[in-house]
Amino acid sequence: MLLDIKNLRKAYPRGKQTVAAVDNVNFTLQDNEFVCIMGKSGSGKTTLLNMIAGLLTPTQGKITLNNTNLFDLDDNAVSAFRNQHIGYVPQGSSLLPNLTVLENIRLPFYLTPRLGKQSLAYAQTLLEKAKMSALQDAYPANMSGGEMRRVAILRALICQPKLIIADEPTSDLDEETAADIMQLFMDIHQQGTALLMVTHDNDVARYSQRVLTMAKGKLNEN
Amino acid sequence: MVMNKNRRFITKTIFSSLIRRRSRIAVALLGITIGAAVLLGMVTLCYDIPRQMGQEFRSYGANMVFIPNNNQPTMTMPAIQAAVNLLPSEKVLGVTPFRYDAVRSNMQPYTIVGTDFSQVTKTSPYWQITGQFPTQAQQIMIGVDVANMAALKVGDKMMIAGKSKQGSRFEEEMTVTGIVKTGRSEDGFIFINLHDLSQLLEEDEQAEVVELSITASENELKQYIDTIKSNSTTIDPHLIKWVTQSETSVLGKLSSLLYLVTLVVLVLTMICVATTMMTVVMERRKEIGLKKAIGADNKSIAKEFLAEGLILGIVGGIIGAICGIIFAQVISTNVFGRSIMIEFYLIPLTIVISAVVTVVACLIPVKRAVEVKPALVLRGE
Repeated sequence: MLLDIKNLRKAYPRGKQTVAAVDNVNFTLQDNEFVCIMGKSGSGKTTLLNMIAGLLTPTQGKITLNNTNLFDLDDNAVSAFRNQHIGYVPQGSSLLPNLTVLENIRLPFYLTPRLGKQSLAYAQTLLEKAKMSALQDAYPANMSGGEMRRVAILRALICQPKLIIADEPTSDLDEETAADIMQLFMDIHQQGTALLMVTHDNDVARYSQRVLTMAKGKLNEN
Repeated sequence: MVMNKNRRFITKTIFSSLIRRRSRIAVALLGITIGAAVLLGMVTLCYDIPRQMGQEFRSYGANMVFIPNNNQPTMTMPAIQAAVNLLPSEKVLGVTPFRYDAVRSNMQPYTIVGTDFSQVTKTSPYWQITGQFPTQAQQIMIGVDVANMAALKVGDKMMIAGKSKQGSRFEEEMTVTGIVKTGRSEDGFIFINLHDLSQLLEEDEQAEVVELSITASENELKQYIDTIKSNSTTIDPHLIKWVTQSETSVLGKLSSLLYLVTLVVLVLTMICVATTMMTVVMERRKEIGLKKAIGADNKSIAKEFLAEGLILGIVGGIIGAICGIIFAQVISTNVFGRSIMIEFYLIPLTIVISAVVTVVACLIPVKRAVEVKPALVLRGE
């Protein structure tokens, strides 16, 4: 089992009341599994995803990823763990405008010290597989929205993580571009990487092996 | 090799980030440059002011006197010369001997003073002289009170009578070449060349008081006094305290003022850098959040901003040091009328201080940067 979530809850104070954005969520994700979480805006999908990525601390519960309880680690250790084990694809445009495509893809590799390893050849291989080699020296300002999303996905792969977490990776994209993005995810999945994706697009959800639905902080299996 | 590539990548990231925000960074750089320029300029002036002001301070008059030691009435000229030789020649502006004796003119008693007129202007630049100094034998200069009492003016003759040290009497007709006004006891004296007085008195040239004007600080003067005291048995050197203390006080106040201005400018530089970097952090919140989301820890975020601050500090320090030298040179030329002596070790020191001030100013913005919550900024809050 790659990911095991038990009794996960995240509550926020809202006025005098406390509202649970994620309420007692339990689920597991196997190695090489592709799971989609669907739900309306405000249902708690992104909050759940952020907790799994170690970006938010839960009010209660436990997240075990690759046999490590994320919340047993301190801030720096969580960052290093995320860098090595999770590929995170945030919602919307997420490339650094001052770096080229190749540099953006290699960026996570340099955020945690890795003695004796190099990222250039692997980044070029990733670009080649995604048929984007021609763009390697381009800057985000000269690229389309779809190209930027694909680069963000390749960036998530640079550290060869076991799990990729993607938050609405096809939002604001046309159908054809969304299909290209999903094809890229399918290729990644076929190479043995587990995928956990948040979306409210049914077409996207059809690519996954399992669809979970989230409503008012509760997670339900379809 | 791999670490070098990593470092190159990080360096490129930092520089491209600075260049991308060049208008904001230019404001911070301008602030640091001004701070460094003022720092180097003011400190250079503080170091050079005693040298620059030395000549100006000498308008106060002599700052050291020699008087005879061991209750002797006078000092011989060879002994005086030997003591003067113990002083650094480049700092000695003037050495004026004074020999006093009593004479009569038209039955009135006067004090006649033998001196070296070529040195008087150097040790007593405040003397106001009508006419000119005596240049030949049989010429004298008289104080304004003597001129009034005897109704004498420049060019008049004055009979002077007295008794030599050998007991013989002399009576000479002297020509008044100048009238001196000081507002002090000199106004009641008759001045004559020391050599001419020694001939009238039938004695070797000697002096009861020697006034010296030296371009040196109070502490340096005290050292010179100790040196003379340990080498001469006939001369007792003293500071003219009101002069040296005035100089020390003026220099102290001037230095304090310059250091205060420098401190204020450095604080303003810090505020300018801190404000600019704070704006940069606010603009880059999403970028910081993203980096954290893909695995950057707080240390690497902090390092990146501190490195940007360090680069700004060094670049601003270098430009500021160049401007500071020009600034100090312009002030020195316009205010003191001579070029300034640059202490070259102050240049690297200025760059280091600029870098430290900039990095310290970046601490609060860096704290804000590491506090960025990726989960919040990535969803646009």
